Amino acid sequence: MAPLPIPDILFVIASVALITSAVLVVTIRNPVRSVLSLVLCFLFTTILWLLLQAEFLSLVLIFVYIGAVMTLFMFVVMMMHVDKRMLSEKFVSYLPLGVGLLVVFVGLIVYALHHHNFTKAAYVMPHFPANYHNTESLGAVLYTHYVLAFEMASVILLVALLAAISLVFQGRQSGKSQCVDKQIQAKKKDRLVVIDMKSEAP
Amino acid sequence: MTVDTLMNFVPITPELFLLVMACTTLLLAAFVRPNSQACYFLSQLSLILTAVLVVHTFFVSDQGMTVTAFHDMFVFDYLAMLLKVTAIVVVFFSLLYSRSYNADRPMSQHEYHVLALLSTLGMMLLISAHGLLTMYLGLELFSLPLYAMVAMRRDSFRSVEAGMKYFVISAVGSGLLLYGFSFLFGVTGSLTLTDIAHHIAGAYASHDALLLIALVFSVAGIAFKLGVVPFQMWVPDVYDGAPTSATLFVAAAPKLAAFALMFRLLTHAMSALQAEWQVLLIVIAVLSMLLGNFSALVQTSIKRLFAYSSIAHMGYMLLGLIAGTSLGYTAALFYVISYAIMTAAGFGVILLMNRQGVDINELDDLKGLSTRSPWLAFIMLLVMFSMAGVPPLLGFIAKVQLLEALVQVHLIWLVVVTLLMSVVGVFYYLRIVQRMYFEEPVTEEKIHYRLDTGVGISLNGLLMLFLGIFPDALYVLATHAISG
Repeated sequence: MAPLPIPDILFVIASVALITSAVLVVTIRNPVRSVLSLVLCFLFTTILWLLLQAEFLSLVLIFVYIGAVMTLFMFVVMMMHVDKRMLSEKFVSYLPLGVGLLVVFVGLIVYALHHHNFTKAAYVMPHFPANYHNTESLGAVLYTHYVLAFEMASVILLVALLAAISLVFQGRQSGKSQCVDKQIQAKKKDRLVVIDMKSEAP
Repeated sequence: MTVDTLMNFVPITPELFLLVMACTTLLLAAFVRPNSQACYFLSQLSLILTAVLVVHTFFVSDQGMTVTAFHDMFVFDYLAMLLKVTAIVVVFFSLLYSRSYNADRPMSQHEYHVLALLSTLGMMLLISAHGLLTMYLGLELFSLPLYAMVAMRRDSFRSVEAGMKYFVISAVGSGLLLYGFSFLFGVTGSLTLTDIAHHIAGAYASHDALLLIALVFSVAGIAFKLGVVPFQMWVPDVYDGAPTSATLFVAAAPKLAAFALMFRLLTHAMSALQAEWQVLLIVIAVLSMLLGNFSALVQTSIKRLFAYSSIAHMGYMLLGLIAGTSLGYTAALFYVISYAIMTAAGFGVILLMNRQGVDINELDDLKGLSTRSPWLAFIMLLVMFSMAGVPPLLGFIAKVQLLEALVQVHLIWLVVVTLLMSVVGVFYYLRIVQRMYFEEPVTEEKIHYRLDTGVGISLNGLLMLFLGIFPDALYVLATHAISG
């Protein structure tokens, strides 16, 4: 009996689960559950990446995305009050357009993958020896070949930070506390205006 | 680090300098008072120095040669030099005109200038991008600050709405572009334009359909950014809703960067597919000219009128690429540069007419401008005549070159359509002139503007007249840029 093709089975399970949770992200009504499905999406992606022996990237995905980004995202979603009824109304009215676009885009991808260009022989699973350093090879490419793109991405992050702050920052907030020194310095002429006007007949 | 690696950084010196200066301006902004002008002066100084550095790097360090760096992801050639200098000059004028407008309104001025510098940096990187990755990142780097600048007037609901609309629609455009890029990468297996061009030229027949998909989606993505039919719907709303200073910024310089993206992608990477993209561009150009010009006829808002006229002008510009000859490319480059100069002057006049608490947006606000400020009215007259294509102004020469390029490739019907559409265009441009010169002003109030802005707008306006009479210098530059 041939040994069980464990990587293949894992791949099928992870991909089916990934696609299912990705569909759930969009279709679930409750925003919090939607975020949780997104977390699930990332989790199954890490399994796929582990199968490709990209251990560093999959761990980073767990630490950074699931651990930090999605937690923050969850807080934001919980703080916002989303009107579910409005969401479902919009959902129905945009459904035909969405389905149409989905068919076109997925159809194009299916066509492209069926093309003789993408044969199974051209895409074999990578296999690296035990002393292969994931982080080292990633860093070597990132800081040599793609250093310009890497730096540009960092400037984009700076712009995002700056744009978000400049849109939200309202100026220095003084609060509603009393300003004692100004109160003491107030003079009568600052507050009181005596108007000279004729007395009216009763 | 070896000498070889260090050589990579020579052609990118201007960008590095601008990045450092943008960060310095950001730091300075944290220490000066909110109404201080220090950030403005530092930004303008950085722009001037960057322009000098671009020219110096190209002619002295690179000795006027085409240089590629970072594994063929970045190219610094004559075209890049010319477009970068033009973009920087246009941004310089934009900031000059916007200064009092922004100061009179509740906008974070310091951040506005830093964002403008970073957007300029993105444009420069996009102009020099020679790989799909740098192209996409450059595009995002120059658009992200624009969204924030459009939405910056927090007191105005329309400004925030315009910013949101711009952001969402641009995201769709970026998505289409990336979809096209992914197909291009899937078929050719490479990210650099040189390799992609080799691959397409060598193995064209076998990947016919996939390459077409890549082409259609890439062109659609760029059409979003250029704002041409059928992806033009954001243009009028964003131009109208944004603060006028941001409208000027969005309208002028980014077109230069988008032109560079389109030119490099279509003529460097996909030159083997010329017959296919020619058809696509003909449809886009004709529809843009029709929709832009006819919609502009019925507008009562100046900013919306400029928006529709920009759709039409981008349609004209595409005619040069459609011709597919080096004469045509030169004409398109010439046209996009002259369009940027004309737009800067046009919005400049509108910005100068704004006062505290008064936003100029209706065509009727221009009534009797000739009695309120004869000089500004004259500059606006030059802009309108130039956009309409009246000799001896810049817009006339630019259009003649486009038509000549079309005639040489025997696309006579396209020439006829263009001429008819130009006639439609003349109508609404003349309507503005008529309001300025032949109608009674609503208010008698004189228009006051600062001396430096006055000098700027005069230079900008007279440049259109000067280049219209003596186009040789700019034409020689454009020819050099295209022939390499």
